[in-house]
Amino acid sequence: MTAVRCVDLCKTYRQGDQDIKALDHLSLEIGEGGFVCLSSPSGGGKTTLLNAIGGLDKPDQGEVYIAGQRIDNLSKGELAELRLRRIGFVFQAYNLIPVLTARENVEFVMQVQGVPAADRGRKALDILAEVGLEGLEDRRPAEMSGGQQQRVAVARAIVSRPALVLADEPTANLDSKTSDGLMELFTELNEHHGTTFVIASHDQRVMGYAKRIVRMLDGRIVDDIQQDAA
Amino acid sequence: MRRLRILSKLAWRNLWRNHRRTAIMLGAISVGVWAMIFMTALTQGMVTEMIRDGISALPGHVQVHHPDYRDDPSITNLIPMTDTEIAATFGPAGFSAWSSRIKVPAVITSERDSRGVTLLGIDPVRERDMIFVDYDEVEGRFLESVDDRGVVIGHKLADTLDTEVGKRIVLMSQDPDNDIADRGFRVVGLFHANVEAFEETYVFAGKKTLQNMLRVGDRVTEVVVLGEDYRNVEDEYAAVLALVDGGVEVRRWTELDTYLGTMLKVMDGFVLVWVIVIFLALSFGLVNTLVMAVFERVREIGLMLALGMKPGDILGQILIESMLLLVIGLGIGNLLAWLTIKPLEGGIDLSIVAEGMEMFGAASVLYPQLRLEDVVLANVVVLILGFLASLSPAWRASRYEPIEAITKVD
Ligand SMILES: Nc1ncnc2c1ncn2[C@@H]1O[C@H](COP(=O)(O)OP(=O)(O)OP(=O)(O)O)[C@@H](O)[C@H]1O
Ligand SMILES: [Mg+2]
Repeated sequence: MTAVRCVDLCKTYRQGDQDIKALDHLSLEIGEGGFVCLSSPSGGGKTTLLNAIGGLDKPDQGEVYIAGQRIDNLSKGELAELRLRRIGFVFQAYNLIPVLTARENVEFVMQVQGVPAADRGRKALDILAEVGLEGLEDRRPAEMSGGQQQRVAVARAIVSRPALVLADEPTANLDSKTSDGLMELFTELNEHHGTTFVIASHDQRVMGYAKRIVRMLDGRIVDDIQQDAA
Repeated sequence: MRRLRILSKLAWRNLWRNHRRTAIMLGAISVGVWAMIFMTALTQGMVTEMIRDGISALPGHVQVHHPDYRDDPSITNLIPMTDTEIAATFGPAGFSAWSSRIKVPAVITSERDSRGVTLLGIDPVRERDMIFVDYDEVEGRFLESVDDRGVVIGHKLADTLDTEVGKRIVLMSQDPDNDIADRGFRVVGLFHANVEAFEETYVFAGKKTLQNMLRVGDRVTEVVVLGEDYRNVEDEYAAVLALVDGGVEVRRWTELDTYLGTMLKVMDGFVLVWVIVIFLALSFGLVNTLVMAVFERVREIGLMLALGMKPGDILGQILIESMLLLVIGLGIGNLLAWLTIKPLEGGIDLSIVAEGMEMFGAASVLYPQLRLEDVVLANVVVLILGFLASLSPAWRASRYEPIEAITKVD
């Protein structure tokens, strides 16, 4: 069973009088339980690809399948439901709701899903402890460092145990020790729960943990390497 | 419904994010609502006073006359029942107050001058709480019985006629055969009225005394019934209709005094217009506040949508925020109104401007009236129109494309 399948994706942006091919006839298949690192120089199309997989952006051409279901032609509401129930996100640009505390941010997705309060409260505390934020549960984003905010975002992405996690530069702003901690957490989820990870990163450390590295350039895949578990 | 809690939490926190803006908006809503209710209470107080005076001059919420009396209010148009029959009919009917009278045009003459007046022959015991004259405030004394031989006139008329308590005047009118009917009276009392015109127009005498003078035996020109609430006299109207047969005309006060009757309707409409006008001023601030609030939050709205929140939830969140703002503002506004109106219910003395007010038939003391239905109207209008005004900014927020919103640079 494939977790993610992209077929012949194209996405062109217009910048001034120039057409930029963010995705250029890109095809990619990721099996269930995959642990993939998308890597490219800046502007290579990683974020654009993650957005297409997550149903956040419609490609100009091509098809996207999640767990065998075609999603690029779903309605907005169906896509929202898909993202809510099946995918955990760490965004590159902006991740936390400023008026909610760390704990409430982590609970947010579960709350919208309708998880009972006691249940989600416990899960939120557990996961925050796992990412090393014990004691900071009641801080709002503005009261935390960039790295701490990043870890809250990661905690939220994985707390409800989605089948697929799409993480855009999850280790940006993190020191090496914390990065290692997060990647070990990802690896554990991947191995014990079969969670599929697609991580966009040019961090060497992240690549070290990945089972497969997909290198991109100008919206195309230039290299696709399977590597043994580190 | 499950999401209502998270939506409310977000709305509530966002509301207090920009303290200053929220405080200013709350201030505006509170003052607006206060103004709506306060002005309405003043207006209602004024109208009530005007109408009460007007009705007490007539007086009577429902009145019975000879069918021709309205066109020709003279002694020839007597009610075709004797006063004894009237008492037997109306007495047991259980009205809160009723009375029968003689009311005819007459000329009053003193040693110095004469004036045209409305002469009322009444039963002073029965009418104590019905007419506008406060018996205890009368200079001299008020009438004591139906066959009292004195007259009571207004201060103003006494000045005009250059007469006073104890002096004699002559009243002249017609009997049913169109012959002159006149009689000398001693002025026994001078009354004071809120409305100056009443002091010049009305002259009170005993009913029996007038019946004798006008040679009408046991007959009267009108029967009047007072109800509980002058705004609604339908029950009394129906009851009176059931009591009398043809040959008489039964009218509500609104039909007899069309000026006051129309005024009552116009004032109810005016209250609504006033409330809406203030709201329109408020709504600009409200919509502007929401547009700003949404604009500042484009990225997090994008984030919530990207995480799988439905556009409807975003819409709901903004609407809840707006409703919270309105409800708090309404609460403060209502409280302010209550706090300012309650101490004034004893009356606001307008004697400085009273000269002008009395021309409209208004009293010189204004009693603000806090009516539940006016307060409810103001609150409901603000809530409903506020909801409608918030729809557009809330709708726009819910239509954002998540990715465009989340990557927006500020
Ligand atoms: N909304 C947009 N409008 C115009 N051009 C865009 C837009 N989004 C992306 N692009 C362009 O598309 C190309 C791919 O961008 P993308 O964000 O996918 O790259 P990336 O690999 O994520 O880069 P980075 O490592 O800097 O995050 C870039 O050249 C970028 O400038
Ligand atoms: Mg990127």
